[in-house]
Amino acid sequence: MAVTASAEAPRPTTRRRDVRQGLLTALLLLPASLWYLILLVLPLAIVLLFSFGERGKTGGYAPGFTLDNYAAVLEHPDPFITSLTLAISGTILCLLVGLPLAYYIATRAGDRKGLFIILLVIPFWTSFLIRTYAWLMILGPEGLGGFIGDTIGQPSFRILGTEFGVLTGLVYGYLPLMVFPLYVTLERMDRTLVEASKDLGAGRWATFRQITLPIALPGLITGSILVFIPMMGEYVIPEILGYGQVYTMGSALVLRFLEARNWPAGAAYAAGLIIVMLVVITVYLWFTNRGRRTRDVSVI
Amino acid sequence: MAAPSVPIATAETAKGKARPATDRWGTVVEVWLRLHTFVVFLFLYLPIVVVVLFSFNNTTRRVTDWQGFGTRWYEFVFTNGEVQRYLINSVIVGIGTAIIATLVGTMAALGLQRAPRWFRFPFDALTYISIIVPEIVIALATLIFFASTIGRDGILTNLTGTEIGFGYHTIIGALTLFNISLVLLLVRARLSGMDRTMVEASYDLFATPWRTFWQITFPQLLPAIVAGFLLSFTFAFDDYLITTFVNGRGTSTIPLYVFGQIRRGVTPATNAVAALMLLITLGILLVGQLLLTRQARRQSGQRGGGVAGMVAEQSG
Repeated sequence: MAVTASAEAPRPTTRRRDVRQGLLTALLLLPASLWYLILLVLPLAIVLLFSFGERGKTGGYAPGFTLDNYAAVLEHPDPFITSLTLAISGTILCLLVGLPLAYYIATRAGDRKGLFIILLVIPFWTSFLIRTYAWLMILGPEGLGGFIGDTIGQPSFRILGTEFGVLTGLVYGYLPLMVFPLYVTLERMDRTLVEASKDLGAGRWATFRQITLPIALPGLITGSILVFIPMMGEYVIPEILGYGQVYTMGSALVLRFLEARNWPAGAAYAAGLIIVMLVVITVYLWFTNRGRRTRDVSVI
Repeated sequence: MAAPSVPIATAETAKGKARPATDRWGTVVEVWLRLHTFVVFLFLYLPIVVVVLFSFNNTTRRVTDWQGFGTRWYEFVFTNGEVQRYLINSVIVGIGTAIIATLVGTMAALGLQRAPRWFRFPFDALTYISIIVPEIVIALATLIFFASTIGRDGILTNLTGTEIGFGYHTIIGALTLFNISLVLLLVRARLSGMDRTMVEASYDLFATPWRTFWQITFPQLLPAIVAGFLLSFTFAFDDYLITTFVNGRGTSTIPLYVFGQIRRGVTPATNAVAALMLLITLGILLVGQLLLTRQARRQSGQRGGGVAGMVAEQSG
């Protein structure tokens, strides 16, 4: 306290200084606020408004108030179910692949921890589009897809254009987002707890279940949210690896908006996606605030 | 002396009994963990290797038809005006977005510290919303917004009589949104972990706030600012979704070219372009890593790890 007081003491706060300080704060925040207002709040508000409107005669939007667009989304739940299935199975797969990896890096890598993390960041940083494109070649009829087809004697066998193909791309694209938070929680873990558990006669599995897993839980939840959310709204990966055969929320949205030029119908899909995100985040916040001792892992 | 040795002894015997089984399983688990890690890294790097390898394919026909090693398609790319225009557009969009996002994001991070609580809450909420809302939703919402304001029949167009239309400004404007939030989070994390005593010492030595900022605060924030700049560049350079909705005549970027090729059927040239994009994005990461490790070495007591470390830390 004494330090803070002495830091402020040499500058007596006069009213003019207060005004100037306030002005500076406002100036610093003005550009970002404008950006948020004009290119986030306003566009999302327009989408919300449109979702209650009617389709114009030549496409686009006509003013009105109807819930028909939302009813249409509920009547054709296929894209929603596809996206949800992909996101849930993708999250589980990321977890199954990511947890042992994070555990290894956190507890076994020793001095090479930093190296492993850099190795994880590099693919995550390099062009997302190109890495997805690469799977087009790997899984394609002249790659793995064709190879498996030949092996099992079914030339019509395909990986591209199936949900499995899309899932591969999703897991590949978002795995690091699961590993980072898991690694951070596991790295901070007190290793003596594991030793204590073993000394008390607990087996490997029991120790993992009773010590490691509860400690990793915050990272596990954060990681799951971090991969689930983008997977749910993903458009580019299903578009490339799904070959137009995997119809997700993203594809439904684009189809309504651009090809059918039915803006209200597309807006309802967009609103639906936003609602799903809000529900997930709310559940997440509720989970993390309930009975958690340390809040060291946040959403981002 | 005898008392503490009793519990230790029982622990030893308990361990001793279970040892043969535990050890065998222990070895299995260790081997499996190592193998798993190896396979995952293979999985992560395989696509990158495949793209780079096939970009050197000397074939004149299909992409997967291996006809020996050659740089034919790089020559094609470097002499093709169309591809170069796309590449230049991508660089313009990347640099424009990175400069604005870094400036605005850093300013916001500094301003937020001093802002009243009633302002901070909605501002934080918008920051997270801009990151969480799916890109496809942002892309379409932004398209509708631009179309109905500065588009052909937009409100502003009808009011002023001049059509601003779509172009670099709409792409950079839309991409900057997400990247402002990104820079903001990176710089804010750095600010909260900053050593306050230096700032206080500077004030005690009668330095002006301006001088204190440039001599004390800014150097400490620099790693986050550099990381934010480079990340923003990469995201904007590589963006397909938002750019495809809000680009104008002649401002298509290289991801749009690649995506178009994927739709119409890839050629060996696609691979050369793809490998170039990998090289550029990787090069950016490398430059950032070098800059930051050098800076960290100069300022002792800094946490190392460079850009990669910062990104990993942030998502944790």
